[in-house]
Amino acid sequence: MNKEIPASSNRAVEARGLEKTYGEQYALRGIDLTVDRGGCLVVFGPNGAGKTTLLKILSTLVKPSAGSVWLDGIDIREKPSQIRRKISLVSHQTFLYDNLTVFENLKFYGKMYDVADLDKRIREVISWVRLESRLHDRAGTLSHGLQQRASIARAVLHNPSILFLDEPDIGLDPHASKITGDIIDGAGSDKRTVVMTTHNLERGLELADSIVILDRGKVVYEASRSELSGEDFRKIYDRYTVTGG
Amino acid sequence: MNRAFLKIITVFWKDMLTELRTREIIISVLVFALLVLVIFSFAFSIATDMTETVAPGILWVALTFGGVIGLNRIFAVEKENACLEGLMLCPVDRAVIYWGKMAGGFTFMLAVAVVVTPVFLALFNLPIFLPRLALVIVLALVGFASVGTLFSALAVNTRARDIMLPILFLPVVVPVIVSAVKATGPVLVGGPWGDMLTWLQIMIAFDIIYLVVATLVFEFVVEE
Repeated sequence: MNKEIPASSNRAVEARGLEKTYGEQYALRGIDLTVDRGGCLVVFGPNGAGKTTLLKILSTLVKPSAGSVWLDGIDIREKPSQIRRKISLVSHQTFLYDNLTVFENLKFYGKMYDVADLDKRIREVISWVRLESRLHDRAGTLSHGLQQRASIARAVLHNPSILFLDEPDIGLDPHASKITGDIIDGAGSDKRTVVMTTHNLERGLELADSIVILDRGKVVYEASRSELSGEDFRKIYDRYTVTGG
Repeated sequence: MNRAFLKIITVFWKDMLTELRTREIIISVLVFALLVLVIFSFAFSIATDMTETVAPGILWVALTFGGVIGLNRIFAVEKENACLEGLMLCPVDRAVIYWGKMAGGFTFMLAVAVVVTPVFLALFNLPIFLPRLALVIVLALVGFASVGTLFSALAVNTRARDIMLPILFLPVVVPVIVSAVKATGPVLVGGPWGDMLTWLQIMIAFDIIYLVVATLVFEFVVEE
């Protein structure tokens, strides 16, 4: 199989035949998906559908049992470090050290990513998430919502071109959710490519360019956002998922 | 300066800062190690001719079992908020993470040894200034930290990690513990270098083996 996708390709994310098994249990079964540069793919599905596993594979945290992933045309198995510079993951876990301040956390991650002019960049991203007044507070003393904002600042610190978001809106107030939307739209940079999972159908449709529904590890439905209305999609979602969310 | 080395320092700095804030590792290990020394100092009234055979064992029981407590915490801090995943997303070789964590573990254990050893020497009426003992301690702690960091990463994802680490760690570091005990005896009684040389060589050899093997296999331990 080809390791590289032609450089002219407009695809930022491409997965073919992705499978993941844990023992006898299938978490993913033959997932194929593509996202064009600057596009936003929203993955819906009930609990246990395989959404988080899919994002962990795409973000190089977990190796697939079968299948391949190319990010910006590069096979993630071939050059994982190079790929990791281009991507970021926002999960429901914040990846922040509770006993370090927000600034120290960002400084740590910034150094790991070789971010140039780091102090200036930290102040820039912290202003996007409106956390300036809490910059020198320990991360563990922040509320979940504020920690999630700090986590978003961490995720965009190195200006990734591809952003993976695993239910980023959990625990966020509408104001903070809007900040997430702004970040997805590429605050301070070109529009990012986004792959996002969510249970929130309205919110997901609002942000999506294309959608897929996962159920029991399989893609059971996929469509372009322009083909759907919100009401139709609710019916489709209920029809294609076992539990209806 | 080499870019990988800077990243190792960054991971090390982060661990130092976290430990300075919490003092979780140093305090727990220190209390345990000092308690062991005090109990043994009451249990044994060591005659001078027994110093070489008994005292080294007491010191190394305190440092080894205290070390296990500390090593358990090295990766536990990365479990909070799934920080290990954040670390794994960073564009660095897995060996960089291993060496940064290992340097932190070594430093914590060395800090404990710096406090515990003079107390041990004082409790057993031994001379306080023993530079050769410092060499033995450094070589043994490099071995402990190299293996301990690897197994700490392995144990952190298991349910019974507090039990798992000593079960994995202690059998593997037996050569280093035995060598450290054997090399400490001649130091305490002012014996010649020749009596400890073989044991120092064994420790150096095991340190190198542990460091090389752990660096190579760490990637497989932390990924899934």
